[in-house]
Amino acid sequence: MATETTVNARTTGAPGTGVPAGATTVTGRALALGRAELTLLGRNRMALYTVLLMPVLMVYAMSTAAKGLDMSGTGMSLKEATMTGAFGYVLLFVVYYNLMSVFTARREELVLKRLRTGEAGDVEILAGTALPSLAIAVAQCVLLVAAGAVWLHMRLPARPELLVAGVLLGLALLTPLAAASTVLARTPESAQLAAMPLTMVSMLGSGMFFPLEGLPDGLARFCELLPLTPVVQLVRDGWLGGATLAGTLGHLGAALVWTALSVFAVRRWFRWEPRR
Amino acid sequence: MDVGDGVIEVSELRRRYGGQGDKGFEAVRDVSFTVRRGELFALLGTNGAGKTSTVELLEGLARPTGGTVRVLGHDPYAERRLVRPRIGVMLQEGGFPADLSAAETVRMWAGCTTGARPVGEALDLVGLGPRRDVRVKQLSGGERRRLDLALALLGRPEVLFLDEPTTGLDPEARHTTWELVRRLRDEGTTVLLTTHYLEEAESLADRLAIMRDGRIVTTGTPGQVIGTHPARIRFAMPAGWFVGDLPPLAALGVLRHDEHHGRVELQTAELQRTLTGLLLWAREKDVELEGLDARTASLEEAFLAIAGAATTSEPGLGRNE
Repeated sequence: MATETTVNARTTGAPGTGVPAGATTVTGRALALGRAELTLLGRNRMALYTVLLMPVLMVYAMSTAAKGLDMSGTGMSLKEATMTGAFGYVLLFVVYYNLMSVFTARREELVLKRLRTGEAGDVEILAGTALPSLAIAVAQCVLLVAAGAVWLHMRLPARPELLVAGVLLGLALLTPLAAASTVLARTPESAQLAAMPLTMVSMLGSGMFFPLEGLPDGLARFCELLPLTPVVQLVRDGWLGGATLAGTLGHLGAALVWTALSVFAVRRWFRWEPRR
Repeated sequence: MDVGDGVIEVSELRRRYGGQGDKGFEAVRDVSFTVRRGELFALLGTNGAGKTSTVELLEGLARPTGGTVRVLGHDPYAERRLVRPRIGVMLQEGGFPADLSAAETVRMWAGCTTGARPVGEALDLVGLGPRRDVRVKQLSGGERRRLDLALALLGRPEVLFLDEPTTGLDPEARHTTWELVRRLRDEGTTVLLTTHYLEEAESLADRLAIMRDGRIVTTGTPGQVIGTHPARIRFAMPAGWFVGDLPPLAALGVLRHDEHHGRVELQTAELQRTLTGLLLWAREKDVELEGLDARTASLEEAFLAIAGAATTSEPGLGRNE
């Protein structure tokens, strides 16, 4: 134990409140949590695999599988469909699939409960925990555009603001969706299983594997209701161009509705400690 | 509002889990108490008595079903922004990521704590300095408890909530923790502690409250709580003598007496008077009272009498209230 004579002397700042000087900030707290999470990510081989290799493997596998498909009804080449669909894989695996395991692990380790006794608010705790995954997802999206333009001789994004909006809405939508989905899991491993339904449905139905434009009308209508569909559409319109105002507003609206629903679900059902 | 001396003020507090009526369970029922600045207040009770349920309300982790809580003059739930930077919390069962080292854990927490101590100082405070680079999953249960305490002390809090801080510690670590808590108290930190080690409450607490079934059944200084319970005198009747040969017991202040195979036990609220009378009698009759043993009630006896017969003083391993 320490030998100094005073163990708890402190100075008080802001008169009247009793809150000490040098109070922490939202950014500082989120960065502290994010830094710890980044360290943890680096020590978790399974998570590294999910975050760094999974999107690449899936894009490769899916584009190979799609080679024989007839793209004529979609208005884009296989290359364009694959590279824009790849944003969906990145968001799905790096954000949704990975964060579901992370949130579940922190809940089961009682880390979330402990953090809630501190100065960070609930949103900060979840956002700070998600921070490294979100940063990695953004970096991969930037890489996609660079790789497309440099290697594959694709055009630069036609409407970068739509592309950015699509990616940001994807992050804003999938982070709370991942948190809400943790009610289905009791361990980080079962979280990966519980993440499968939405992951599979999104890969097949949100235009990542095959653009909705090439699907029969009724099926396409249904697929437009899936959470990741508006995100992929915004990214596609942003990169390849050809967006209509009505279409764009529809995608933005759908993504916002899904974000609101996800946030509501977190507020209503998210558990901060294990069920015992 | 008038903060006065009460750093923690609890009034008619209630906490209900689940729904109304039979479906729900009321874990905290009409609890009121005040903890003054610089005081160490202990909440005692058996498992399930409502200690942790109460403390969680004081920490602002949940909103009470009824009643009010004020910590440093604020509602700890609604005004957590004002309260949290000034308090330190150690949960009964808190957690840290298994793959972070002790130092990395403290660093993470320091980023979320106003006026945090340096990492090394915080670890040294609880004797974990030499273990700074060890992963949390490789720390022993007792070391994790001490890491938890280091985080509670990280921001030099004015008010410290310790929920069973020494459960799982070996005796030596327990005593060092007590020393640390005592020093914090001596420097003016207000401490609210729950424990089911009666020794811990007896040696640390300025005042304590005993809870049973969600209510506070006794409160006061350890001396007062013990004082409400009778002292005890035990001895063996000398051969050939009987209890009836003793001076009239009621006149000596004896509340009740028992005899088993010549062993006598007297209970009294006035130990000195009863004992004097007994010893004068023995001198007068020139007899030896073998195995004479006179003692005031211990907190353990008081606790057992108050908290119910089902309790034992064994270090409990029960977790949650």
